[in-house]
Amino acid sequence: MAIEVYTPTARRRVDRLDAIWTERPGLLGWLTTVNHKRIGLLFFFTSLAFFAAGGVEALLIRTQLAGPGLGVVSPSVFNQLFTVHGVTMIFLFVIPMGIGAFGNYLLPLMIGARDLAFPRLNMLSYWFFLASGCFIYAGLLMGDGPDQGWFSYVPLADREFSPGLGVDFYALGLIFNSMSTTATATNLIVTTFKARAPGMSLNRMPLFCYAQLAVSFVLVFALPALTVDLVFLELDRRLGFQFFEPANGGSTLLWQHLFWIFGHPEVYAIILPAMGIATSIIPAFAQRKMIAFPLVALAELLVGFIGFGVWAHHMFAVGMPTVTAIFFAGATLMVVIPSTIQIFAWTTTVAMGTPVFATPLLFIGGFIALFVTGGLSGIMFAAIPFDQAVTDTYFVVAHFHFIIFGAAVFPLLGGMYFWFPKVTGRMYNEPLGKASFWLAFLGTWLTFFPMHIVGLLGMTRRVYTYQPGLGWDAYNLAETIGSYLLAAGLVLIAVNLCLSLVRGPIAGPNPWHAPTLDWATPSPPPEFNFPVIPRVRSAYPMWDADDRLDDRRRLEDGELLFDAGHQMPATTVRDADLDEILKLPTESASPLLVALPVTLVFVMLLTSHYIGAGLCGALALVALAGWHSREPQAA
Amino acid sequence: MLRPESPQEDRISTLFWIMFGGCLVGLGVVAAFLLLGWLRRHRPGLPGGGGDNAGSGIVIVLGVAVPIVVLSALFWYSDLHALNATAAPAAGSGQLQVEVTGHQWFWEVRYPGTEAVTANEIHIPAGVGVELIAKTADVIHSFWVPRLARKIDMIPGHPNRIELYARDPGIYRGRCSEFCGLQHANMQLLVVAESQQQFQRWLADMGAPAAEPAGAHANRGRGLFLENACAGCHTIRGTAATGTLGPDLTHLGSRLTLGAGTLRNTTGDLAAWVLDPHQAKPGNRMPRLSLPKSDFNDLIAYLETLR
Repeated sequence: MAIEVYTPTARRRVDRLDAIWTERPGLLGWLTTVNHKRIGLLFFFTSLAFFAAGGVEALLIRTQLAGPGLGVVSPSVFNQLFTVHGVTMIFLFVIPMGIGAFGNYLLPLMIGARDLAFPRLNMLSYWFFLASGCFIYAGLLMGDGPDQGWFSYVPLADREFSPGLGVDFYALGLIFNSMSTTATATNLIVTTFKARAPGMSLNRMPLFCYAQLAVSFVLVFALPALTVDLVFLELDRRLGFQFFEPANGGSTLLWQHLFWIFGHPEVYAIILPAMGIATSIIPAFAQRKMIAFPLVALAELLVGFIGFGVWAHHMFAVGMPTVTAIFFAGATLMVVIPSTIQIFAWTTTVAMGTPVFATPLLFIGGFIALFVTGGLSGIMFAAIPFDQAVTDTYFVVAHFHFIIFGAAVFPLLGGMYFWFPKVTGRMYNEPLGKASFWLAFLGTWLTFFPMHIVGLLGMTRRVYTYQPGLGWDAYNLAETIGSYLLAAGLVLIAVNLCLSLVRGPIAGPNPWHAPTLDWATPSPPPEFNFPVIPRVRSAYPMWDADDRLDDRRRLEDGELLFDAGHQMPATTVRDADLDEILKLPTESASPLLVALPVTLVFVMLLTSHYIGAGLCGALALVALAGWHSREPQAA
Repeated sequence: MLRPESPQEDRISTLFWIMFGGCLVGLGVVAAFLLLGWLRRHRPGLPGGGGDNAGSGIVIVLGVAVPIVVLSALFWYSDLHALNATAAPAAGSGQLQVEVTGHQWFWEVRYPGTEAVTANEIHIPAGVGVELIAKTADVIHSFWVPRLARKIDMIPGHPNRIELYARDPGIYRGRCSEFCGLQHANMQLLVVAESQQQFQRWLADMGAPAAEPAGAHANRGRGLFLENACAGCHTIRGTAATGTLGPDLTHLGSRLTLGAGTLRNTTGDLAAWVLDPHQAKPGNRMPRLSLPKSDFNDLIAYLETLR
């Protein structure tokens, strides 16, 4: 996509940047790319494929439960389906979509950077993600998928009670997967701190980036607990260690504690990208600045922080001491405050602005409704006696689907519509968009709301069937119908976007008059994002018309051009003053060459070829040496 | 849970309705804000406008101050005040103890201090607080009878206690609520609350060994039970069958269900169950028996005598 240019001088400068940044075309280009937008798209489509797989699993689950005593799938298959559904949606869809796709593609654009701080690491992260996802699915496709539930409680997950390879696919797959997530999170943290455009001090950073920063910190600190847990599990299963074996001094509750020390912050990691998207869409469509901007930024960070102190509320039924339970209940109530701050900041901004209820804002409105509903039922779990009654019932299933489907995914869907013009250069179809929203929104309510009621009536989660005459039948049937409606809504979104890709009207750089720098670039953005690095003087740089005119003048004058190779400026952490020039690496096969032997390591571990695993590990080290022997040169 | 039968569940139910009311108010307030935005959508305004600090007061009041007050009240009421309703009873405090052990996939029920053993069915006197000790023989299970009590996990090496109480005589359903493997769905139980008198009679019956089978068929059936795999897993007190993998069958005929709530305990269902336990409950631990038809009928005749 050509940049609108006004003079031959400017044209020459842009052409030069084009020559420097344009990557190899074709398939080889996609295999060796290090560009954050291409990698973002790879994450997008891959996690979307996993979303589709997880959705099919959900429909199978709902079909089996449409009525009492059905035999659509066998109990064994059902247990694999709900386990893989959970693992897929959390690890292979929401997180990689939130940070791998949205964060990857948009964060550098929003902060005026040309790429992430570590472009090759970014690509390595993608390969790890792809391989770990395929690894986990290989188990399911071989009929030996994990079937012990996504939180995989021991002793059920021990070798004695789960002798197949299912748990190993799960444990090794998630260790592998967290390598990818950690790499992306680290990359986003460094980029956010060091690559912001000059003038974008922390108080001017878009709230989307605060959310991404918070997610990344949460993941970097939470995932080690999971990894440790999984390593212990594999040592128990394969080498007869006794971490979780009470007869030999181990503890089954150790697994639960470590898991939820990871697991509850993970819930916030799932929702935070959505909050970031909401804070991007709302000011654009309300056409006013976010109300209480600093409070919202603080709230996003606080959610991530307090989220580490609430994990044991998943365990109120294990028989823990009362004082412990009360502490975690108190912390659980505290984590509500950052969410109420954000909810009222969003809704007040909508109410005090001049909102245009186009599809993206509809999705955010839907998100707020679903988030508040799921949040309110979440508060109920802080009431310990009530939690002890409803934990592990469909009431919980209802609650967390309102949160991690309703609240976490609706903004992703709204975000797909919102940034569709930016990524493709074309507009989506508005009436179809609105129809898809209402279908998905009503489908979500119909699917998940009755689950509260059956939960209160005594339906426990993870049952492959139930008996007639318990008063559950009508609710379950409604849920199943709802799930098909919801699926239809999601398909309609896909249809809309696919058609619009070909037939949509040309969008231009900023069809929404949105305030952040991602809208400063042409649509789609060129590989180097910004011909001149923008200078920023507020949190709403696109509403500072003078500054953007100044960008054009500087393109003319050749100021802040950074065109002596793959370059972008690094700035100071707090004030974003120009610090140094970063030389970014160019396209490379190294990430792929490292990822291949690492994948083999996990395959070898799974099949108990430990020497083979060592050899593949050595091979990965050789590939890593190759990576470092060819540092990027200035063009 | 919504039709409580114990003081404990009364508390939980009240707590729920209070919170439910609060939720409606909270949802209403947020919906009103969104509606206000929708009503004002055609209001002329400056694109990209708005003061930096306008509206912050609303956020501080509704997003910080009000929640702190409301949540503190909830914390006081639920976690400091109502909490003792579900607190574990002190060991040995109840008039009556019942020890329930979770197995894949049935419940073993014992009454400490008596010989009584049964499965998947707990009898208690109505109006009496019973101290329930929750244990597991294998993986984690969770004991839950929605109308009577909170749930309590059954954790290896870590026995838990709750109070089980039923105000009125009746039959209350319960189920395992921690995923425990293939047949988690068919791990149900019944709590039968009855008068003190009926309960004592039942308890005495459960403590007695199995009655001698009357009739040639039943007698032959007992022999078959002891010769075949049955005795390896099941106990019938008063016979040589002392297996512990499956439920105690000494008084099988007195129970209301088979397969932990999978089937009703009728002659037809019992025969179907023994013929192929995997028809109704696929993958459970009980193997299929291949017996000649006459042997099979005698075996069922024997099991029918275990009352």
